[in-house]
Amino acid sequence: MKNLVILGAGTGGTMMANHLHHHLQSPDWRITIIDERKEHHYQPGYLFLPFDMYSPDDIVKSVEEFIPDGVHLLQQKILRIAPTENKIHLENGNEIPYDVLIVATGAKIAPEETEGMRGTEWHQSVFDFYTFEGSLALRDKLRDWQGGKLVVHITEMPIKCPVAPLEFAFLADSFFKEKKMRDKVEITYVTPLSGAFTKPKATEALEHLLKEKNIQIESDFAIEHVDNTTKEIVDYGGRSIPFDILVTVPTNKGDELMARSGMGDDLNYIPTDKATLRSKDYENIFVLGDASNIPASKAGSVTHFEAEILTENILRFVHGEPLKEEFDGHANCFIETGNGKALLIDFNYTHEPVEGSFPFQGIGPLRLLKESRMNHMGKLAFRWIYWNVLLKGTHIPFVPATMSVPKKQ
Amino acid sequence: MFIINTNAMEKLIAGKSVAVNEEGYLTDFSQWDKSIAEELAQEAGISLSPRHWEVLAYLQNEHQNQVALSIRRVGKSNVVDIKEFYQLFPTAPLKTATKIAGIPKPVSCI
Repeated sequence: MKNLVILGAGTGGTMMANHLHHHLQSPDWRITIIDERKEHHYQPGYLFLPFDMYSPDDIVKSVEEFIPDGVHLLQQKILRIAPTENKIHLENGNEIPYDVLIVATGAKIAPEETEGMRGTEWHQSVFDFYTFEGSLALRDKLRDWQGGKLVVHITEMPIKCPVAPLEFAFLADSFFKEKKMRDKVEITYVTPLSGAFTKPKATEALEHLLKEKNIQIESDFAIEHVDNTTKEIVDYGGRSIPFDILVTVPTNKGDELMARSGMGDDLNYIPTDKATLRSKDYENIFVLGDASNIPASKAGSVTHFEAEILTENILRFVHGEPLKEEFDGHANCFIETGNGKALLIDFNYTHEPVEGSFPFQGIGPLRLLKESRMNHMGKLAFRWIYWNVLLKGTHIPFVPATMSVPKKQ
Repeated sequence: MFIINTNAMEKLIAGKSVAVNEEGYLTDFSQWDKSIAEELAQEAGISLSPRHWEVLAYLQNEHQNQVALSIRRVGKSNVVDIKEFYQLFPTAPLKTATKIAGIPKPVSCI
């Protein structure tokens, strides 16, 4: 019997378990998924938690619930990967051998990378919303905040869901409008980029929205430290921006496991072939989602598209066939713009987000790069799709893994 | 058009016609020379010192070795720390320095 091992039971790992158990079955194959966590979090929900739009119940379910029968779930801490021995060493001393390994351990925030970020003001006036704890602490703070300077900040790229901080700023604008205190809140969006987003076309649309919502933008800001006494963020060029509440996206890093295993780059991401999703160093190791260093967005939609292609490549690999070089960096995301509206963007490694409609050109129902209520409904519906369709590895009709360019103009 | 980064145009720099993209970055490194760097630096309000040249050479070397450039990586390079990098190329050092070095603007971000 051969062993396929998946590390990480988040979005990517769970989808792969669901895809592969149809194809690699006993007695020829045994599939094992290893993750010490007991809870599966719907990470996009962290954005809505601070504004009381979602409650913790909407976001948290058990890991076990989404792992199919016949796949072995090991809830143990992983000590290290030994890629030359084809073994996983667990903290409890056990060793798990593998023939094929899929790494889907994700990325997480590392506030300790910036001086003073995890200082005395952490979760007092300095918050993240990329963790459950951070989002909840921020919710409690915003519930009775009387106003002042709200600074929404990105430390450095790449980050998970690069549009989330913008969405946060938009949602904050409508949150304070609804509370009839928008005039008491000054919102500033601080980014290390030269503009609102990484792709020029979307940047244009998004900067227009920032202006319309009276959100100031401070670009090209590379933070050096957070001053917990004066409550300022200071950049390497000496520029400083004061805050009453700082909502920051700290540096994102891959799992520490990569450092322990000697497999990651300086941010603990695994060097990965961007078209086949195979590790550049080991032919029987594949990397899915945020754990890899491929130049695609770190987002659930990307992982979803990758999973369809990776499934095929794993099957080709186990049958001794050449891998398909098919992944094109396809990303697709709803951008909440506040007041019950959202934008939808669709792009890949080489193509900019374009205007049009999705998934059917000229029909929609969703409009690309245009604010609409339908897009907002799409974003909210996505949570249901995530729990009920996506994790189970069911193909979403009419939404192909690679970007369908000719449909959009 | 979908792909917008290939819109090449010609620009006269230091008396030579070179190919640049819409943001003014050279698209063909073989056309780069020190007089072009001097003029691009002047446009950015920088007068190049020996330290500037060391950093530019490091960036060009990294680019040749296909290393993705980021502020973080430059800061850990032992060639220059981030503080000095900002002093040499104020405001947006990586963008400014790569332009002067004749290499593409880093796409560290998606």
